[in-house]
Amino acid sequence: MSRDTVAVELAGITKTFPGVVANDDIHLRVRSGEIHAIVGENGAGKSTLMKILYGMLRPDRGTIAIDGREVHFRSPKDAIAAGIGMVHQHFMLADNLTVLENVVLGSEPAHAGMLAFEEARRRIRELSETYGLPLDPDRRVEDLTVGERQRVEIIKVLFRGARTLILDEPTAVLVPQEVEELFRNLRDLAARGVTILFISHKLDEVLEIADTITVIRAGRTVATVKPEEVDVHRLAELMVGSELPTPETREVTVTEHVALAVRGLGVRVEERWALQDVSFEIRRGEIVGIAGVEGNGQRELVEALIGLRRPDAGTIELEGEDVTAWSTRRRREAGIGYIPEDRHVWGLLLPSPLWENAMLGHQTQPPFARGAFVDRDGARVRTVEIIRDYHVMTPGPDTPALALSGGNQQKLIVGREMAASPRVLIAAQPTRGIDVGAQAAVWEQIRAARAAGLALLLISADLEELIGLSDTLHVILRGRFVARLDPSTATPEELGSYMTGAREAASA
Amino acid sequence: MSRWRIRLLWLLVPFSAIALAFLVSSIALLAIGASPPAAFRSMLQYGVRPTSLVSMVNRAVPLYVAGLAVAIGFKMNLFNIGVEGQYRIGALLSAAVGAAVALPPVLHIALIMLVAIVVGAAWAGIAGVLKVKRGVHEVVATIMLNFIATGLGAYLLANYLRKPRVGSELLIATRPIPASGQLPPLLVTGGEDLRSFVLIAAVLGVLVYVLVWRTRFGYDLRASGVNPTAAQASGVDPNRMIVTTMLLSGAIAGLIGMSDLFGYFHAYTLDFPTGLGFDGIAVALVGLNHPAGIAVAAMLFGWVDRAAQILDLEGVPKEVIVITKGVIILSVVVAYEVVRRLVQVAEVKAAAEETRRLEREKEAVAA
Amino acid sequence: MSWAGPTELGRGRRIDPRRLLALVAVLLVGMSVVRVVTGANDLTSSGTFGAALRLAVPILLAGLGGLYAERTGVVNIGLEGMMILGTWFGAWGGVEFGPWWGVVLGVAGGALGALIHAVASVTFGVNQIVSGVAINIIAAGVARFLSVIAFTGHGGGATQSPQVSAALPRFTMPFLAGGGLLGWDTPDLFGWLERRHWFLVGDLAGLLGGITRNLSVLTVLTILLVPATFVFLWRTRLGLRMRSAGENPWAAESLGVRVERVKYLGVVISGALAGLAGAFLVFEAAGIYREGQTGGRGFIGLAAMIFGNWRPTGVAAAASLFGYADALNLRSNAAIHALLLFIGAALLVLGAWYLWRRRFAGAAIALGVGVLMLVWYAVTDTVAREFIFITPYVATLLVLTVASQRLRPPAADGVPYRRGQQTS
Repeated sequence: MSRDTVAVELAGITKTFPGVVANDDIHLRVRSGEIHAIVGENGAGKSTLMKILYGMLRPDRGTIAIDGREVHFRSPKDAIAAGIGMVHQHFMLADNLTVLENVVLGSEPAHAGMLAFEEARRRIRELSETYGLPLDPDRRVEDLTVGERQRVEIIKVLFRGARTLILDEPTAVLVPQEVEELFRNLRDLAARGVTILFISHKLDEVLEIADTITVIRAGRTVATVKPEEVDVHRLAELMVGSELPTPETREVTVTEHVALAVRGLGVRVEERWALQDVSFEIRRGEIVGIAGVEGNGQRELVEALIGLRRPDAGTIELEGEDVTAWSTRRRREAGIGYIPEDRHVWGLLLPSPLWENAMLGHQTQPPFARGAFVDRDGARVRTVEIIRDYHVMTPGPDTPALALSGGNQQKLIVGREMAASPRVLIAAQPTRGIDVGAQAAVWEQIRAARAAGLALLLISADLEELIGLSDTLHVILRGRFVARLDPSTATPEELGSYMTGAREAASA
Repeated sequence: MSRWRIRLLWLLVPFSAIALAFLVSSIALLAIGASPPAAFRSMLQYGVRPTSLVSMVNRAVPLYVAGLAVAIGFKMNLFNIGVEGQYRIGALLSAAVGAAVALPPVLHIALIMLVAIVVGAAWAGIAGVLKVKRGVHEVVATIMLNFIATGLGAYLLANYLRKPRVGSELLIATRPIPASGQLPPLLVTGGEDLRSFVLIAAVLGVLVYVLVWRTRFGYDLRASGVNPTAAQASGVDPNRMIVTTMLLSGAIAGLIGMSDLFGYFHAYTLDFPTGLGFDGIAVALVGLNHPAGIAVAAMLFGWVDRAAQILDLEGVPKEVIVITKGVIILSVVVAYEVVRRLVQVAEVKAAAEETRRLEREKEAVAA
Repeated sequence: MSWAGPTELGRGRRIDPRRLLALVAVLLVGMSVVRVVTGANDLTSSGTFGAALRLAVPILLAGLGGLYAERTGVVNIGLEGMMILGTWFGAWGGVEFGPWWGVVLGVAGGALGALIHAVASVTFGVNQIVSGVAINIIAAGVARFLSVIAFTGHGGGATQSPQVSAALPRFTMPFLAGGGLLGWDTPDLFGWLERRHWFLVGDLAGLLGGITRNLSVLTVLTILLVPATFVFLWRTRLGLRMRSAGENPWAAESLGVRVERVKYLGVVISGALAGLAGAFLVFEAAGIYREGQTGGRGFIGLAAMIFGNWRPTGVAAAASLFGYADALNLRSNAAIHALLLFIGAALLVLGAWYLWRRRFAGAAIALGVGVLMLVWYAVTDTVAREFIFITPYVATLLVLTVASQRLRPPAADGVPYRRGQQTS
C-alpha cells in the first residue's frame, strides 16, 4: 500500500455515556504507513475513541472505514480480523508464562493438539528480526523489562497479522533509552507499510515521532497538524484551550502556621526510587497542588502520607509532631483526611448503606462512635447532612453505595472527609467523574474550608482545577519535585513542559 | 421497585432452598421405594410433639454456637474450618479442670466456660498467627489442627486426664464434674429435659450481634471483610484484625460442647458428640452469617434431625435427611449469589428512579 | 485469596536436579547411619518403602488434582469430599461389578462432585472455598445415605461396605525384585542385598526393592500421570489455554480463549483424580469402603501441591515425603522412634548452619526443637500411638509454615472470574 491510501478513516464518531459526551463528531483520517499521533488531556476522549476503533465499544453515530471499506465491529475479534492490533497501556500479559506462550495464546500453531514450538519460535524470530524487536521467545515475561514487555505486546498483534497498530500511551512507563528504541521500531514498522496510531500526551515525544498529529479536546477534534507546523507550546495551547482558567482574585488565606511538613521523603519500590527527596510544606489555609503525569510517584507519596506505606527515607510532621512512624488509624484520628484516587478500591464499602460509608475513616470518633459503640443515629444524621450539603443524589442514607452513580459516590466521599473537619486533607483527583455543576460546588466547599484554615494537598490531572484552586504548585516528574510555580502566573504551556520533562527548572 | 420489595427478594433464598430440598428429598425417597408424602407426614407428626420440640432445641443449641463461631470468621473472609477441633479440645480440657476443682456453683460454671473459651481461642490463634506471619492459608491450617486436636486430645485423655477405672468399665472419660459444675435442666419433661445452656447461648447470640453490628470493632471487622483495602485506608491493621478474629472465633467455638457438658455428660467421654464443627459451618452458611438467621437454621437442622428419627420405624433410612441438608446448603449458597446480583441490579434501578424523581421535584419547586 | 497470604511472594526457585540428587544421597546416608546405630531396620526396609509408595499414591493423586484445578484458577477445597465419593462409588462398583468397574465408577463419582463445585463457583460465582467446604459436607452425608441403602443387609452397614471380592493385578519387576517372567520365578537381587543389612548398599536395595515389588496397576498409572500432566499442561495447546486461565484470564479472554470452559475442565479433572485416589484407597489399601478412610488426604494432597510449588514433579516429591512418614506410622514403632533421632540430629545440623549464616532466630528454633527431639528419643522407648497418628498432619503444617514464603501459585488462582469484567 502506498502512502496515499487511507488505511483508517473515522467520520462523525459520537459516543455518549450517562452524563457525559465522550466523543462528539470526531473525524480522523490516517494514511497507510503513517505514524499518526492523537493527543489530548486526560478525559478528552482519546481512550473512548480507541476502544471504538478496537471494537470494544460501539459508537452511537458515525462510521469507521478500513482501507476504504466501511466496517462494523461487534467485538475485538472483528477488529483483529480487520487487521487492527491494540497495544494496551496496561499490558495484558501473563507474567509466569514465557514470551512465546503469551504471543501464541489463542492462535497457537499446533499438530494434533501438541504445541508446535519450533514453528512458533521461527515465526516469532522472523517477526523479531524483520521489525527490529529483539526478543527471546523462551524467557518468562516477568523477567523482562517494561520496554521488552511492550515489544511482546507488539509482536502479539503482528503475529495475528495486524496492519494497523494502536498504541495507548506507550511511553508512559519507559525510560528515555527505551523510548528511543521504541521510536526506531515504529519507524521501521511504518516504513514497511504498517499504520500506527499513537496516543499520548507527551508533546515533545509526539513531535519527534509523528507524521501527523490530531488534537482532541473535550471530545472534539480540534486540529490536525503536521509537526513542522507547530511547537510544544502551540500544541499545549491547542490541548488545553487558549482560555486560561484565571484563578479568581480571592483573599489570601494562607497563614504562617505549618500544618504538614514533609522533608526528604523517599520511597523505594523494588530496585528504583519511586519517590526521591521530596520536601514541601502545607500551611493552614493553603492549598498545595501537585501536577504531573500519572505514574510519576504521586501514588507512593499519598500512600506514605496516609500510612499505607512506610517511607524509606525522610520525615512527615503534622502540626510539628513527627508522625512518620504512626499507624494509619492514628493519623486519621489526628486529623489527616483522605479522598482516594480509586474510590472503589480505597474509599467505599459498595454493598453497605451510605451511612456506613460515611463512617469510613472516621469510625472511631463522634458522631459515628459513642465510646466503643457505633452511634447509628449520629451516623444517619451526619449522612443526611452530607447528602444535603454536597448534593448527593440518593433516595436516602440507607441506599447501598453501589446504587449511586460514580459522581455521587465521589461527592459522598468529599463530603464525609470535609465534614470531619480535618487538619490536613489529601485529595487525589477529587472531582474525577463529577459533572460540571457538582464540580463547581465541590470547589466552593474546598475554598470555604480553606478559608476556615484547612490545609489541603491537591493531586490532580485536571489543570484547570490545579491552577484554579492551588496557592502553590509543584510539578512531580519521575519521583522528584522538578518545579515550583505560582498558579497565578503559570501558563498551561509552562506547566505542560515541566510535566513532560521538556523543560527543566534550575531549582524546584 | 421500592426498598421493601428489594428486601423481599432476599426471601427467595430460603424459599428456593427449601423447595429444592423438598424436591430432591422426594426424588431420593422415591428412588428407594418410599413414599414422600407418607414420610413427610410422619416426620411432621412426630416433630411437633412437645418432647420433639425440646429435643430440637437441645440439638440446636450446640449448632447455634458453632454457627456463631464460624460466622464471625466468614464476616471477615476468614474460613475457620477448625471449629471442630477447637470445641473438642476445649471441652476436654474444661471438663478436666472442672472436675479438679471445687467452687461455688456460679463460679464453677464460669471457670469451666472460661477454660473452654481460652483453649478454643488459643487453638484457633495458632492458625491466625501462621497466616499472618508465614502466609499459611487458614483453611488447610485449621483442618490440620483438627486432626492434631483429635490425636492430642486422645493422648491427654488416655494418659493424664482419665478417671480411674472402676471394675470392668470400658468407657474412657475424665473425672465427673461435681454438682456445683452442672447446670440443672430448664424444663423437665417425660423424655428429654430442656438443657439450660440455651439461655447462655441466647445471650451469646445477642452479644455476638451487638459486637459485630453495633461496636466500633465490629464495624472494622465487617469492613475488612467487605473491602480490605478500604478498611486499611480507614485505619484497620489487617494483621491484627486477622489474629483477633481467629481468636474470637475460636473462643466461641470452645463453648460449643458446653450445652452437652453441663446438661448431660458432666465429663468428657469418648462418645462426646463429634461433627458439630462441620454442622456449624453448614448452619452458618444457611443462616447467611447473621445470628438471627443462624438461630433459624440451627433450629431447622435440629428439627429435621429429630423428626427424621421416626423414619427408621417406618422402614425409611433416616440418612435421607443428609441429602436434604446437603441440598439446603448448596441451594442456599447458590441462591444467595443469584439473589445478590438481582438485588444489585434492582438497587441501582431504584436509586436512579428515586434520584430522577427528586430532581424533578427540585425543578418544580425552583420554577 | 491467595495461598501465600499477606507476605511478598518470592521468586520460585528453579530446582537444580543435581542438588536434589545430592540432597537425597545425603539423606539416605544419614538414615543408613541411624539404622545401623539403632537397629531399626524398618527405617529403610523395602517393606517401608513399598508402603511409602502405596501411601503416597492417594496423596499424589489428590495433589495432582488440586494442581489441575488451581492451574486454571479455581481453588478446590472439596478434594476430600470428591475422594470420599471415589471411595464409595469405587467400593460399590467393586462389589457389584468387579474391580475395574469400581475404579471407573470411583473416578466418575469424584468427577461428579467436581462438576457441582464447578457449576457453583465458576458459573454462579459462589465463593470457591465455601463451595468446596459445602461439597465436603455433602459428600460425607451422601456417602452415609447411599451406604445405608446399598450396603446394609448385604454384608455391610451404614459406615462400611461389604468386602470387595476381587483385587486389581499386581506387578513385580523380574530379576531385580523377584517377579515372575513367563511363568518362571526369577531371583530377587534387591531382596538378597537388603537382607545382608550392609551399610548403605542394604538401604539402597531396600529403597529400590520397595518401589519395584508388588506394584499395583493404579500405582503405575499414578506414577505415569506425573510426566503426563507435565506434557499435557506445558506442551499442548489446551494445556496452555488452561494455564493462561489461571495466570491472567482477562488476557486469555481478549485473545479468544474460552476461559469458563477451560476452568470447568480443570475442576472436573481434579475431581476425577480425587475419585481415582478414593478408588485406590478401597482397592489397594483397605479392601472395603469405610467411613472416614480418606483421613484428610484430600487436604494433605493440597499441602503437597503447595509444597510442590504447583508443579507435577514437586507434587510427586512432596507426596513421597508424606507417604514415607505415613509408612513409618504403620510399620514399626521402633522406626518412628529412630526417626526422632534422625530428625533431631538433622535439626542440629540445620541449626549450626543457620548460626554460621547468622540467622539467629532460625538457629534458635532449629537448635531448640532439635534438642527437644533428641531428649524425647533418649527418654522414651516408644512413641505414643496418638502422636504417630498426628504425624502427617503436623508434617503438613510444618511444611506449609516453612515453605509458604517462596512459592509461586498461578497468578489468578482463586480470583473470581466473570466474563467481560476485569476485577484485578
